[in-house]
Amino acid sequence: MSPPTATISRAVPEAHSLDGLLAPSGPPRRAGALAASATFGWRAMLKIKHDPKQLTDVIAIPVVFTVLFTYIFGGALGGTRGHYLKTLLPGTLVMGVTACTMYGGARLAQDVTTGVFDRFRSLSIWRGALVLGGLLGDAGRYLLAAAIVVILGVIIGYRPGGGATGVIAAVALVIAFGLALSWLWAAVALLVRDAATVMNLGFAVVIPPTFASNIFVQPRSMPGWLQAFVKINPISHLADAARDLMNNTGGGGVAWSLIAIAAITLVFAPLALRLYGKQG
Amino acid sequence: MSTTGAAGDGLAIEAHGLIKAYGGQRALDGIDLIVRRGQVFGFLGPNGAGKTTTIRILATLARADGGSACVLGFDAASQVEEIRARVAVTGQFASLDEDLTGYENLVVFGRLRGLSRAASKLRADELLAAFGLTGSASRPVRAYSGGMRRRLDIGASLIVTPDLLFLDEPTTGMDPRSQTQVWDLVRQIAAAGTTVLLTTQYLEEADQLAGQIAVIDHGRIVAQGTSAQLKARVGAGTLHIRLLDGQQRHKAGAILAGTLERAVELDSDPLSLSVPLATRPDATDAGRLIGRAMTRLAEAGVAVAEVTLGQPSLHEAFLALTGLPACPAAVDHEDTYS
Repeated sequence: MSPPTATISRAVPEAHSLDGLLAPSGPPRRAGALAASATFGWRAMLKIKHDPKQLTDVIAIPVVFTVLFTYIFGGALGGTRGHYLKTLLPGTLVMGVTACTMYGGARLAQDVTTGVFDRFRSLSIWRGALVLGGLLGDAGRYLLAAAIVVILGVIIGYRPGGGATGVIAAVALVIAFGLALSWLWAAVALLVRDAATVMNLGFAVVIPPTFASNIFVQPRSMPGWLQAFVKINPISHLADAARDLMNNTGGGGVAWSLIAIAAITLVFAPLALRLYGKQG
Repeated sequence: MSTTGAAGDGLAIEAHGLIKAYGGQRALDGIDLIVRRGQVFGFLGPNGAGKTTTIRILATLARADGGSACVLGFDAASQVEEIRARVAVTGQFASLDEDLTGYENLVVFGRLRGLSRAASKLRADELLAAFGLTGSASRPVRAYSGGMRRRLDIGASLIVTPDLLFLDEPTTGMDPRSQTQVWDLVRQIAAAGTTVLLTTQYLEEADQLAGQIAVIDHGRIVAQGTSAQLKARVGAGTLHIRLLDGQQRHKAGAILAGTLERAVELDSDPLSLSVPLATRPDATDAGRLIGRAMTRLAEAGVAVAEVTLGQPSLHEAFLALTGLPACPAAVDHEDTYS
């Protein structure tokens, strides 16, 4: 009788071998600021790809307001539909973009509260990369909103006097304004660290000035105090600027808007970066 | 310190008098820590003892209010980027993007570690294969089980082999199978030369993995040493015996007391007895004694249903090391664990 043979096996269920994976990696590499930002931008795009539902508002707001106002108020407010569209469409372009500026901030607030944020912060990358990468994702969202407004406008009868160049310039200007607001919401997100709060604050801050502007109606019929607000409202200036560019009518709107974009960015971009870099 | 640079041996971590307060409450109350390169260092303590706070300071995620820390020869307060380029942190809660797939997560972290696009993709494939996750590569991490998530999380820390790996409670809340897998991974990582600092609430985990253990409670290190040194202070655990027949309990108790030369406790279960063992200089010594006790019981015709040698729980360890029970939270966790 032969003695029983015992085999010794490793007790680890489905053992995973890291053989050859853990070679010394050599001197540490560092991702460049641009590459890191682009990676975060790519991540933002992947998130949209995995959850396209988040684009619902981006698509719905410009469609609803463009169509609704054109057909309900168009005749009453601007004479003919085509005539009103010259005023309204650059306005809904502004609205469509500004109304979705807080999504990037909400997303950042969500990031900050999850474990992945610590891993990002534990890497040797430029501290602005996450916020800037998020802005790249935002830019994609704004471009989509802008494209929907313009295409829809052309379908229902809008003819831009400024031609393609004017439309592209207006879209670029409005997106630049959206990105300035993105910095603002990024700073807010890093302060409040709660996605729902960012969204609620976003709607409370963005929606009223959108209506209290010259997007839908000229302020002539408004009470004096509201007219005063509409005149200083940056959204009115931006809408004017978009009209000037798209309809090829000269005006001071573009200069005003560029100043507003620069001012908002210069205040909130450094603030957001400071808040991001703060160690707990 | 910094002149020694990142290469060669020396100290991976040298911390003196680390203090950190959150809203008047001292999370860390003067932590001193020496971790040699190549070591697996276990940081053992209950919830809220200051383990995570210490890791966050050493990994440059938080700043100490007092004291100093040198990580891989670099100052944790002023040479942040130098440290970040060489360490990896696997946090207590999965440090992954839940919306992205496992593959996308690894590619993102590869790019952020400075790998080219092609190298990131290649590395992601390699790591997924090594961690047995190739089949789930294109599923969002949200759909992963706890064990899969933890493996991917550790994989994300190995995109570039770190000189120092922080593992914050790598197996808390895991089933025993996943726990064994993670332990096996930690051993392989350490064997390849990476210094590992791991925190745990489980004495057994520290015992299994760590060469050197520091016990932390209320922001202070209350004991430090090798597993053997700590066990010598804690005791080797408790021998539990369950009989088939409760009538034989007194007979069994007398035999055990005589053979093991220890006090025998009668448990509330009428079939059970337990004997807290002293630690002997040589573990085979204890084994031989237990063997002899079992033989005597068999010779006396006492039928034994079950024999277990229980590890001292964290709770018992704290009692032994500090003379005080650990904070209440620890007791809860210990209960769910054992």
